[in-house]
Amino acid sequence: MNTLFSPELLQELSKASWETALMVGVGLALALVFGLPLGFGLFLTGKGMFLENRAVNAVGGLLVNFVRSLPFVILLILVLPVSKWVTGRITGPLAATVPLAICSIAFFARLVESALAEVSPGVVEAAQALGVTRWLLIREVLFPEALPGLVRGFTVTAISLIGYSAMAGVVGGGGIGFLAINYGYYRYETGVMVVTVALLMVLVVGVQGIGDWTAERLGKGE
Amino acid sequence: MLELDKVTVTFKGRGRAVAAVKEVSLKVAEGEVYGIIGTSGAGKSTLLRTINALERPTSGRVLVQGEEVNRLSGEALRRKRLTIGMVFQHFELVGSRSVAENIALPMKAAGRTELEISTRIDELLGLVELLDKKDARPDQLSGGQKQRVGIARALANRPSLLLCDEPTSALDLETTEAILDLLAGINRRLGVTLVVISHEMAVIKRICHRVAVMQGGQVVEENDTYSLFSDPRHPLSRELVEKSLGVALPERIAARAQGLLLRLVHLGFEAEEAVLTETARELGVHINILHGRIEYINGKPIGILLVEVGGSPRDQRLVLEKLRKRVAKIEVLAEARTQEVRP
Repeated sequence: MNTLFSPELLQELSKASWETALMVGVGLALALVFGLPLGFGLFLTGKGMFLENRAVNAVGGLLVNFVRSLPFVILLILVLPVSKWVTGRITGPLAATVPLAICSIAFFARLVESALAEVSPGVVEAAQALGVTRWLLIREVLFPEALPGLVRGFTVTAISLIGYSAMAGVVGGGGIGFLAINYGYYRYETGVMVVTVALLMVLVVGVQGIGDWTAERLGKGE
Repeated sequence: MLELDKVTVTFKGRGRAVAAVKEVSLKVAEGEVYGIIGTSGAGKSTLLRTINALERPTSGRVLVQGEEVNRLSGEALRRKRLTIGMVFQHFELVGSRSVAENIALPMKAAGRTELEISTRIDELLGLVELLDKKDARPDQLSGGQKQRVGIARALANRPSLLLCDEPTSALDLETTEAILDLLAGINRRLGVTLVVISHEMAVIKRICHRVAVMQGGQVVEENDTYSLFSDPRHPLSRELVEKSLGVALPERIAARAQGLLLRLVHLGFEAEEAVLTETARELGVHINILHGRIEYINGKPIGILLVEVGGSPRDQRLVLEKLRKRVAKIEVLAEARTQEVRP
């Protein structure tokens, strides 16, 4: 137990925390930038919507399903060339953000699509009946009505991303999860494992709490 | 103002096509309140939705102010829809937006300036008497208040035509009357033409000038509201009117009555009681009033009385003849059961 909070470990922990934050942060930012429009695209090209387009919808859906069906470890290795092309390296946390981003974009896009599907079709139709433009419909009806759902989806994406980031160790991504495996599992340092798992738990509970609170507040229109 | 010309709407079901609306033709004049009544599944909602192209007719034409709506699409349709308001049964307000923002939405779509929008919002909230709820959110409002917001939103761009799809069906009786009076006032004061769909005769009775009765996708009867109530022709119209006026003879009374049972319909301001007492005195027979009520439709009364006539068969015949001359409509509900009746 003496070695548990050794300066060496504390340094490792803070480095790992930073790596996790980087991977999750970049992954989430990209999910927001690309996953959100992709989700809107999937929804709006769906049946009965004003951009209805079977081909586009089917291709988009297939792509998302393909990414979502790949075990993350496989995806991690599969996109190594892409990681190299984008970040110039194949190891390290930055390289690991590429597969994490791809995964979270697909994941979030699906959640965006289902959050939009929850919006009352009657409200959308009413706006259309009154001559509202497509852009206004997206900005003033679909987006605000789906916002609590979007926030919940984003929270779920963040938590999955924290989980996936643990696997980034495979490509030397580091992070808290990797620390847990390396020190806790391979080196039988149960104490370290407990500390890292506790840290992850605090992180997940915290993210979920913030997400729920935000969604709740938005739902009440604060 | 509005003309439907042989409008047919067919839905493709599983392998078979179902005609929701069959060759419906009707005309609505400028400034009119036009009602469409029918049981659920009669196709009235589908018919209404063709007027702003929420539903496309399979065949036929829909003309709104001379323009063929069924041919419009894209931006042209959107522009047209700005001139046609619509009010919904379940209000369909944007729940995450304030009352003011809800009303602003169609005006933003029409490209109005911020200033125009904010003045108009106050104007509209004054009209629907909700000025104090400007910043409230729909879930903080009662059903009637939500519908008032719905009406304000529909009127935002000063449409000349307002479509009302069961506007009071989700409301209680008292609120229903307030909303109907509001709609009637809008028609009267602003000259907006209304097309109102309902399955309740009470709605039609209170505000509509003319009515179409729909059944199985077709208009089975069309008339001005007063005539429909005083002289319904189609069995469905009769049934609806009878239910609405509540003049079905209570069974208990029907079973006990011995004499000739008549239903008298008086139109306008006839002194019906006087007619009955005069006739009774003149012929020396008893005339019993079993049931009766007076209804006002567009301010004009319809009096309905169920009476039992006693006396000999000859007396009864004389009473009938005499009343026929003085009463708008007489219907024999049941012949006398005994020869001599002393009610």
